[in-house]
Amino acid sequence: MKASSDATISSSDRDQEAPLLELVGVTKAFPAVLANDDVSLRIQPGEIRAILGENGAGKSTLVKIIYGVLVPDAGEIRWRGEKVAIRNPAHARALGIGMVFQHFSLFETLTVAENISLATAQSPAELEPAIVEFGDRFGLPVEPRALVHSLSVGERQRVEIIRCLLQDPRLIIMDEPTSVLPPSGIPPLFETIRKLTEQGRAVLFISHKLEEIRSLCHQATVMRGGKVIASVDPAKETNESLAHLMIGRDIPHPEREAATPAENAAMAVRGLTYTPPDPFGTILRDISLSLHPGEIVGIAGVSGNGQRELAAVLSGETMLPSSRRDQVVIDGNACGDIDSGKRRSLGLAFVPEERNGRGAVPEMDLTKNALLTAHSFGLTKRGFIQRPAARAFAERCIAEMDVRCGGWDAEARSLSGGNLQKYIIGREIRLQPQILIASQPTWGVDVGAAAAIRQQLVDLRDGGVAILVISEELEELLEIADRLHVLFRGHLSPSIERARANTTLIGDFMTGGFLAADQAPGTASL
Amino acid sequence: MLTLTFLLSGTLLAATPLLIAALGELVVEKSGILNLSIEGMMAFGAVIGFIVVTKTDGYWLAIAVGGLAGSALSVVFGAVVLVTLGNQVATGIAVGILGLGLSALIGQPFESSTVAPMAKVAIPVLSQLPIVGRGLFNHPAIVYLAPVLAFAIWFMLMKTKVGLIIRAVGESPESAHAIGYNVNAVRFAAILFGGFLAGVAGAFISIASTTLWANGLIAGRGWIVVALVVFATWRSGRIVIGAYLFGAATIGELLVQSFGIAIPSQLLTSIPFIATIVAIVLLSMDGRSIRLNAPVSLGRVYQVTQ
Repeated sequence: MKASSDATISSSDRDQEAPLLELVGVTKAFPAVLANDDVSLRIQPGEIRAILGENGAGKSTLVKIIYGVLVPDAGEIRWRGEKVAIRNPAHARALGIGMVFQHFSLFETLTVAENISLATAQSPAELEPAIVEFGDRFGLPVEPRALVHSLSVGERQRVEIIRCLLQDPRLIIMDEPTSVLPPSGIPPLFETIRKLTEQGRAVLFISHKLEEIRSLCHQATVMRGGKVIASVDPAKETNESLAHLMIGRDIPHPEREAATPAENAAMAVRGLTYTPPDPFGTILRDISLSLHPGEIVGIAGVSGNGQRELAAVLSGETMLPSSRRDQVVIDGNACGDIDSGKRRSLGLAFVPEERNGRGAVPEMDLTKNALLTAHSFGLTKRGFIQRPAARAFAERCIAEMDVRCGGWDAEARSLSGGNLQKYIIGREIRLQPQILIASQPTWGVDVGAAAAIRQQLVDLRDGGVAILVISEELEELLEIADRLHVLFRGHLSPSIERARANTTLIGDFMTGGFLAADQAPGTASL
Repeated sequence: MLTLTFLLSGTLLAATPLLIAALGELVVEKSGILNLSIEGMMAFGAVIGFIVVTKTDGYWLAIAVGGLAGSALSVVFGAVVLVTLGNQVATGIAVGILGLGLSALIGQPFESSTVAPMAKVAIPVLSQLPIVGRGLFNHPAIVYLAPVLAFAIWFMLMKTKVGLIIRAVGESPESAHAIGYNVNAVRFAAILFGGFLAGVAGAFISIASTTLWANGLIAGRGWIVVALVVFATWRSGRIVIGAYLFGAATIGELLVQSFGIAIPSQLLTSIPFIATIVAIVLLSMDGRSIRLNAPVSLGRVYQVTQ
């Protein structure tokens, strides 16, 4: 497994050496919050270090300081023993700090080699052999001449990693690298990360996934509320003890009883085949799905496999031609060709994946955003807006969902992603829907609030609502869904009952394992 | 067959300024900036070039100074769009009107005067060919240089690092900034370059093709240029084809008139514009080509965050 390396550093050497990076008392305040409060940290060469914390714990602020995006208000950064002021990302890279972004910074219309060339001095043609060689050495195969938009998320991540490696960094920061991968893509990534550190490189692994940190990292620095709470050996911890450190209390699990779904489907999709107008979208192929009152159906899968297209067809954002209107059925009525407003009046509520721009209008305040979908709930009278009623509605959503914001007149864009999501979910729940479709309901929401949202969904189900949850977080679906489907390249897997659902089976489905041999792609790439 | 000679020659003369200005606009749009002030920049280049020829008889000097005049006007556009983050559409239209107004003002003393046309370079042997020879190969040197420029710009955009950076900035200024490029510097340079070529194109019209200055000389050609870039789905090869097609359409109008066919002249004058609309509609159907070649951030205000 070891590369032919003369500079391999064993773990016993690691502790004696001078630290690669040392932070002393780093503090960064924003107008409303102290994002980093006296953070100190030491990273040794060859080390895989986890930074563990909830959203808002200060992880990303810390990373931005190390990568030169933000300047700390106080404290010192020492790189290889010398005090430095990292001015910008280019300076960080020149020092030997590389970063693999969570949301990729790749250019879709350029080739792999062109993308990498932009970050190095060489031309795309000169880079091609190096890309292939790095791919072989670190288990990151990728075709240099492929256009990035044609790559899967896993391949894009490999491109990001190779781009970072070609600058020969000593420290590589990886921001939630597993969040974009299917379960089967994670072990190869970990293998790559271990190989990277064999030559004395250090990896800073940012995550909130406890299992991964325990299996990969040498050390875990736990952050909460901008402070370093503890530095532990994750192998010696349990998921529960790490979670307790991370959120300061035990994670609440939603209380749920077995579902008692009604017999007649509230919503059904029959043999839906749909080609989106966007040539890079995913074609939905022969999808059939039924959703009964009183159950939560989950749709798992790595995003980009048709989730966006399916959600749009279900919500009515995409309307089918009237010849195919019976492919989407609500309460027994063919609805494929009616718009989202009419579907809402039939009792459908929808929480889209994009909060700003689909779930809410960023420039409008929360009250106006409430009016967008709740106007028919007594907020208007003879066509005129009833301001006090609308304000009261917004205030109730804020209070019930514990939305941290400036009040009913705060602009939607001023809220953090997680808080805006809580507001949108609160708004949709208050519409007393018969059917609720939620796309990535807890994406970017902190652990405690995510648990609250899940509990709300379960409670709604018990009240007889039919719920469809489209999510990338497998743990979330296993926790709340009564049955699951997996979406892979526009194909929907057969339904998996809760009792049968486990990560192995679903992981297999997520790479197309449910497809008949003639449907399966020739080369399954992740 | 004098008609054919006239037709070919007229097409090249009409197409050359469209091609030059459109190539400039291509580079600007590839960097993610929509410059709608081409009409004004061409007019400004035209009047400045015309004055230079009147005063000095230096034709190449006039082309160069006309180009610099276009660049000067594009500095205003670039400053408003990149520094004060003005809306690109509104700024483009405003700067375009400014250019038209300035040229009318500066050109007032020269209204309706003429100059001798720029010297023609007859290409040996080829220009002796019957019929096509005089139509295609007896023109000012710029006419031959325009397709060479098209090739050079294609090569620059698709094969060099500079072109790669321009395309990257146009696709995602955020990502380009994140990996350490100065987005505004790249865009400003592209805007200056586009302004230069628009000025050159304008000067070509006033000193080589119409050889006179009159207010309203550009007559909507700047807008055809903007449409041409979209029509060509941001590909240099298609810009070349499109420019010559529109050149022919402009000339077709004169031709139909010379045959004495009874079609209202207003209808004929509108042919290039109708052709533009039809072409854009037809080409917009090719979604894949547009997604691959259109600069994603085109027209969007980008603010450097830090």
